[in-house]
Amino acid sequence: MSSRCNLRFLIPGLALLLGGVPSVLAVWPQPQQIRNSAERYSLSARAFLFKHADVSAVRSGCDVLDQAFTRYFTLIFPESGGGGTGDTGAALINTLLHCCVYMHSWNLILNISGLESLSQLVEQDDYGAYYINKTEIEDFPRFQFRGLLLDTSRHYLPLQAILKTLDAMAYSKLNVFHWHIVDDPSFPYQSRKYPDLSKKGAYHPFTHIYTQTDVRRVIEHARLRGIRVLAEFDSPGHTQSWGNGQPSLLTPCYRGDVPSGTYGPVNPILDSTYVFMANLLKEVTSVFPDSYIHLGGDEVDFSCWKSNPDIKAFMKKMGFGSDFTKLESFYMQNIVNISTMLNRSSVVWQDVFDYHEINRPRYVVEVWKWGCYLCEVRRVTKAGLKVILASPWYLDLPGPTHDWARYYNVRPLAFKGTEEQKKLVIGGEVCMWGEYVDATNLSPRLWPRACAAAERLWSDEVQTSSVDQAFPRLTDFRCRLLRRGIQAEPLYVGHCKNEYQGI
Amino acid sequence: MAAMGALLKFGALLLAAVAACVAWEDGDVWDYDGHKLKDSDFLALWPLPQKVQSSAVSFQLSASRFQFTHAEGSSAGSDCSILQNAFRRYFDYIFGFTKKDRDQRRRNAAGSEVLELQVAITSPDAECDGFPSLTSDESYELSVDQPSAVLKAPKVWGALRGLETFSQLVYEDAYDVIAMTNVLNFSVFPDFPRFAHRGVLLDSSRHYLPLKVILANLEAMAMNKYNVFHWHISDDQSFPYVSRMFPDLSQKGSYHPYTHVYTPADVKMVIEFARMRGIRVIAEFDTPGHTQSWGFGQKDLLTPCYTGSSPSGTYGPVNPILNTTYDFMAGFFKEISTVFPDAYVHLGGDEVDFSCWKSNPDIQKFMDQQGFGKDYSKLESFYIQRLLDIVSSTDKGYMVWQEVFDNGVKLKMDTLIHVWKGNEAQYQAEMARVTGAGYRTLLSTPWYLNRISYGQDWRDAYKADPCNFTGTDAQKKLVIGGEACLWGEYVDASNLTPRLWPRASAVAERLWSDQGVRDISDAYVRLVQHRCRMVERGIPAEPLFTGYCRHEYSGV
Repeated sequence: MSSRCNLRFLIPGLALLLGGVPSVLAVWPQPQQIRNSAERYSLSARAFLFKHADVSAVRSGCDVLDQAFTRYFTLIFPESGGGGTGDTGAALINTLLHCCVYMHSWNLILNISGLESLSQLVEQDDYGAYYINKTEIEDFPRFQFRGLLLDTSRHYLPLQAILKTLDAMAYSKLNVFHWHIVDDPSFPYQSRKYPDLSKKGAYHPFTHIYTQTDVRRVIEHARLRGIRVLAEFDSPGHTQSWGNGQPSLLTPCYRGDVPSGTYGPVNPILDSTYVFMANLLKEVTSVFPDSYIHLGGDEVDFSCWKSNPDIKAFMKKMGFGSDFTKLESFYMQNIVNISTMLNRSSVVWQDVFDYHEINRPRYVVEVWKWGCYLCEVRRVTKAGLKVILASPWYLDLPGPTHDWARYYNVRPLAFKGTEEQKKLVIGGEVCMWGEYVDATNLSPRLWPRACAAAERLWSDEVQTSSVDQAFPRLTDFRCRLLRRGIQAEPLYVGHCKNEYQGI
Repeated sequence: MAAMGALLKFGALLLAAVAACVAWEDGDVWDYDGHKLKDSDFLALWPLPQKVQSSAVSFQLSASRFQFTHAEGSSAGSDCSILQNAFRRYFDYIFGFTKKDRDQRRRNAAGSEVLELQVAITSPDAECDGFPSLTSDESYELSVDQPSAVLKAPKVWGALRGLETFSQLVYEDAYDVIAMTNVLNFSVFPDFPRFAHRGVLLDSSRHYLPLKVILANLEAMAMNKYNVFHWHISDDQSFPYVSRMFPDLSQKGSYHPYTHVYTPADVKMVIEFARMRGIRVIAEFDTPGHTQSWGFGQKDLLTPCYTGSSPSGTYGPVNPILNTTYDFMAGFFKEISTVFPDAYVHLGGDEVDFSCWKSNPDIQKFMDQQGFGKDYSKLESFYIQRLLDIVSSTDKGYMVWQEVFDNGVKLKMDTLIHVWKGNEAQYQAEMARVTGAGYRTLLSTPWYLNRISYGQDWRDAYKADPCNFTGTDAQKKLVIGGEACLWGEYVDASNLTPRLWPRASAVAERLWSDQGVRDISDAYVRLVQHRCRMVERGIPAEPLFTGYCRHEYSGV
């Protein structure tokens, strides 16, 4: 494995054994390999340092690491300044003076994950002193794509709610923020090229939008936490809000021979549509640096297309017959080509794959439909395409929290297929659709249930197959999230040392 | 008008505001498509008053000029702290987002401004220093005109409800100036609650709820005209109530003896905070089941369970055969009766598991002596009977869960039976039985808000009605109301408020408004705005469906 992260806390010299290992070895998600002993070192906020190791390829000046050091120092020593005194009664123990951070230039993100594990290993004893057990961790993620989708169209999410979610994602080692930024109800993305889209398509043109500055802030906040931002501009369906600011983009629906005044999906038969989409996506790729772009393509309602005489004429001309899935495929083909020309890998919802059986471009397929989702994963990988799995992780369906096991027990690779096929499953993501979710209830609905998915996507499946063993660790991790200010709801009866202090 | 036109599409709230602006000029209210607006399109009153008469005329309010005043002849004056505190609270709600006064820019014709709300308490005793009770008069009348609006109520409790209604009549117009829609010059609406007992149950045992959360929810309750906080304070999992007489109960039975407890000062603060909002605090100390946490701090209170002929080391319900049990209960409830001023205390009595009693040889012997045979519900009744006598001697009335009635325990006629079990047919039959036996009752079964599902489940809560059962008018009169329950197995400070609101608002309207108020689509329009109003007032009430609030929740 080339992408390993080593985290070693080895102190040469004398070490006194303190009684017992901690009750819960609470690193979440579970590292690939972890060995710890009862040997305990104290940490002091005054003495502890992060240092670049001699063998590290990075020295200070790497802002991702420098800022992570600052962040994790506060997370490790929440009452820093005072901090633990290091004197825990009569016991004499060694002090861990620094944490060596090994840095491979080609893999920065994993080392951020390493800091997260380190911060989770630090405990506080009854006297308030910080300590860490002698531990060796070798760790790497099982899947490279561990995403979380937020929907900012059904409800506008204030920037603060997004940034907070990114923080919590980093704590769970999730690494892709899938920003479902626009949809039917509103268009909050403020485009430089097409400002009317948000001016006329957002819930409010000033208070309920994401300005370019906002977007940059989200991307930077994510980058510093090793999180990619995958923007989704879903078309040709789910685009009602686009129509307000971009006349003639949407298909006029007809009642009999006359336009009914309502509009359907993007109009796929006009050249102007593709000029617009090319311009918009060009802007989007200049704003969002990630190499992936999500193009949507789900749930296209054909009834409006069917009603429109121009569309029907076009269908005839193209020889599509009355198969509107061919028209959608035609549209998506063009959009994927645009994204390819812009040097981006396209991600599409599974509908696009399902409709498009010949000459599929090399897109990544996100499987989202319920039912036998592994059958779909199998079909997609058989076609040689990469897969992101979302079906089992629709967290907007609330359910009692103890359902977290449902998200934990997912087996993403439990389908019949070759090794090559399994390698094409690049990961999965949890989806928090916004019909019933806004800033008032987002966090408790996401956390800690999303943590269950996070462990499934990061950790070894055999080592983490037991819900019963995971329960105390997750309970502990949930309290840690609360301590860090994340409004994570309880798994069951019980308490945390530091309860949530908001309302 | 161009600017207004551009703003028109942004939903009902602004629509209403703009329409009202138009009204200043032509005196009528139209929506964008030329339909005349109904009151509820912009008057997001929740819960709906018994009777509303309004016109499209709106008046202006100015933060620098508007005042709450005590009307001449009112039996309450500036020494009435309930009203004084309410004035401050409602001033903040009304002018919260527009503290900066922009009167200078106003171009409104003289004479269309409301300068004051005169509050008149009409009965000789305003009850400023009293506590709300089951028989408190919460009625009020409100008429809005310029330059003075008038709120009349027999007692402060009604004035509190009227102030909430008044604040709901106020809205921001598109120019960010406070304006208000108006009830016609001389129009008056007498408003009063349909039911006297309108409660919310919070469970602070399964999870400890920090004081701040309880207080915030009392605020939200007042916004919904709730008047009972049912405090399910202890249960199996923890005993956070700090008893002066038995401090070991919380010392040993809470999650943490200092950080996860309610001290006497905390309890006092909750009661006073509630009183200021016309809310009663009914404490529930549930026995003989649901008492595991009591056992840590009170030796011999719980029944030792047996495996075969030896104690298993585990404990069951309260031990009903020892005199020490009743001595303890007498002392404990004496304290409770002084700490909680309400005339009622909730004694629980639900879900008693008989298996431990069955295993215990001493209990069996006692059963034989008493001639109970194998019927352990008789033993439960024996316990409850003695407990009720103890509580009666402290001059308190009591509420009990329905099992106590179902098991045939002899109850005083002023006992309130709390119905919580079964499906719709079953709880309706139970309501009929309880009222048929002449007892007063309240309903919770359809309002277990800890149960959640995808979509708009507030509709189900809204549709349920406590009087939907077969019975005489006399029986229906015995229904005193209901309670929304939020049990704590999966709920703590992190998710309580958005789970409770606005779903509990649906229950609030059912319990306050006229029985005929049932139009679910009208309710939806009003409730969407009411939820945004709660969000603006700092309560993270979750959304009903896709959409937005002008001021989103900012407490993330």
